[in-house]
Amino acid sequence: MLRVTNPMQEQFLYFVQQLLNGLTIGSTYALIAIGYTMVYGIIGMINFAHGEVYMIGTYIAFIVIAGLTYMGLESMPMIFMAALLVSMVVAATYGFSIERVAYRPLRGRTRLLALISAIGMSIFLQNFVRLFQGSRDIAIPTLISGGWTFGDASTFEASLSYMQVIIWVVTLITMAALTLFITRSKWGRACRACAQDLGMTNLLGINTNNIIALTFVVGAALAAVAGLLLGLYYGVVNPYIGFIAGLKAFTAAVLGGIGSIPGAMLGGILLGITEAMTSAYFSSEYKDVVAFSLLVLVLLFRPWGLLGKPEVEKI
Amino acid sequence: MNKPIYSALFSAVVMLILASFLLGVDLETQGITLIPELAGDQTWLAIGLATLVVFLFQLFREQIASLIKLPSLPSIDSMLPEEGPKRTKLTRIAVALVIVGMFIWPFFASRGAIDLATLTLIYIMLGLGLNIVVGLAGLLDLGYVAFYAVGAYTYALLSLYYDVSFWVALPISGLLAALFGFLLGFPVLRLRGDYLAIVTLGFGEIIRILLNNWTELTGGPNGISRIPKPDLFGLEFSRRAKEEGNVPFHEFFGIPYDASHKVIFLYLLAVILVLITVYVIHRLTRMPIGRAWEALREDDIACRSLGLNPTVVKLTAFTMGASFAGFAGCFFAARQGFISPESFVFIESAIILAIVVLGGMGSQVGVILAAILLTVLPELAREFQEYRMLLFGLMMVFMMAWRPQGLVPMKRPHLELKTHE
Repeated sequence: MLRVTNPMQEQFLYFVQQLLNGLTIGSTYALIAIGYTMVYGIIGMINFAHGEVYMIGTYIAFIVIAGLTYMGLESMPMIFMAALLVSMVVAATYGFSIERVAYRPLRGRTRLLALISAIGMSIFLQNFVRLFQGSRDIAIPTLISGGWTFGDASTFEASLSYMQVIIWVVTLITMAALTLFITRSKWGRACRACAQDLGMTNLLGINTNNIIALTFVVGAALAAVAGLLLGLYYGVVNPYIGFIAGLKAFTAAVLGGIGSIPGAMLGGILLGITEAMTSAYFSSEYKDVVAFSLLVLVLLFRPWGLLGKPEVEKI
Repeated sequence: MNKPIYSALFSAVVMLILASFLLGVDLETQGITLIPELAGDQTWLAIGLATLVVFLFQLFREQIASLIKLPSLPSIDSMLPEEGPKRTKLTRIAVALVIVGMFIWPFFASRGAIDLATLTLIYIMLGLGLNIVVGLAGLLDLGYVAFYAVGAYTYALLSLYYDVSFWVALPISGLLAALFGFLLGFPVLRLRGDYLAIVTLGFGEIIRILLNNWTELTGGPNGISRIPKPDLFGLEFSRRAKEEGNVPFHEFFGIPYDASHKVIFLYLLAVILVLITVYVIHRLTRMPIGRAWEALREDDIACRSLGLNPTVVKLTAFTMGASFAGFAGCFFAARQGFISPESFVFIESAIILAIVVLGGMGSQVGVILAAILLTVLPELAREFQEYRMLLFGLMMVFMMAWRPQGLVPMKRPHLELKTHE
């Protein structure tokens, strides 16, 4: 453990702590942002209901954890894995159904119709959960506690909790698996082909309807991973978390360059760090304001984001 | 015969997964532990039935489709009289009758009914304003409530700090909301429509967070109370005049004081504001600028090649829509007498959007009817209140797929080529 007394060192320690916190939140934003960016890359649409899928993922994870604990399962890794798996499957089912109900009937029609339909879907899901699970915060007992304290200053202790490490590890594994899936597998190749030219891919004998459904399913499953991780990190869930999380993740996707998967990862982490720094050095009430202002600024000066390609308008 | 059974089984499994977790289990907090509780037998029975219905529907999908044709709404045109001079005359008489009715009605109605009518009129105004942006110009504005908030807080703050009267604040509110619309729209309207939707959504949140946290100025979550009611040329609608030199309404006319005077006055004021809004928008749609909005919505490239600047055209629509929200907000603050950030959450934007979508994008009559329907219905059926937003969301999805032009589609003058068979 590092014991510091010098104010400069103390400042530095504080900064490192905020960086770690930002990295934690940011990596979950990145997970959600991938869902936006994949769907946008293929059909050029913002999936407004994506934030709600994340919220549903958190609920499912809580239900599974509570259920298994109630049944007397003690092993933490088992509970964690089961919750991860079930919430991914259920969220994927939601993603699939959302595409079927709110997007597929409107494909090829005016963009505005699909946008309104997506907003309707988002409002529906939020209120569906509110009606059947209640609008109050639901708190979960800490599943993974403890951590390392690596620095000790006069006013605070700098620490890294096990939960934070788990978030990084799980995010890293998920991202690696996704990258492998997109770059190596047959389905992934079809996804990339669809993103380049949907019509041509269809002509080449690939069922593009299935690929579009697949992007919704994969995006939803990743949102559920984020749902479980953030749910355990914060320890509470309510039906309204999807709204803000969705906006943040979308900001992350735009920041990194919408349509680009590495961009979404980078954007998520940058946004997380920006937010942590804002709450640490400025004011935690205004961290959302800073995130949205960042979105507007990026759209103004670099609408294709950090890693995206400038959009060429085809006439 | 193999295929339908697989797809039916698949749909049934999807349905079961969707429903069973969120409907079938309730989470109960006991102390620090979280206990899952299975929902009652009835809920599970409902889930089972729903799964069965989905299964059977998918299995016999083709047979069902050939048996029942989805009922198409009767076209509103067939119910209206024939086009021509006769029709315009009839419409004019009908409109005149409705307007006269709106002015006479409150004198015989109950106080609660008038209050509800005033609220409906505010929503009509908001719906008409958003209709310019979404319906006519085809721009999805999800933070419309922010401009409403700007209007409301403009009047509330001006009257709190500078003692400005309602009549002076009304145009200022509209202008300020328009200015906000201009400042927000200017950078974003050059980009694609989806970005506009999400940026306006974020903007709505920013305004709400600012109002909530800037406690020194706006009172934060406590809001601003005791906002003065509007007066009628210096006549106040209270028992005693609050300001020097003003005379209460009832003293001026020598009639006994009655609290309903104020309610009726506010209602009539709302009617006048709505009539002005309807008239202005009606004229705008027939002016070059209104035509440009619609043309741009239909074909961006054609508009550009005809020399219209898309950004300027979009900006006028956005600013104009915002200004009507500002007027409505100012009136809302005056009527309520109390405002807080709670009144300007995203749900409000969603309700206004639902009104526009249900009524028919671009159609003024449709928006008015939808606003009446969506505000009066929750008041009539209290149980409906809880399911209101759920149904609004569902309605948006189904309206888009089934009848995107809304219940009362907009009619615009057009020529059609007759093709010879």
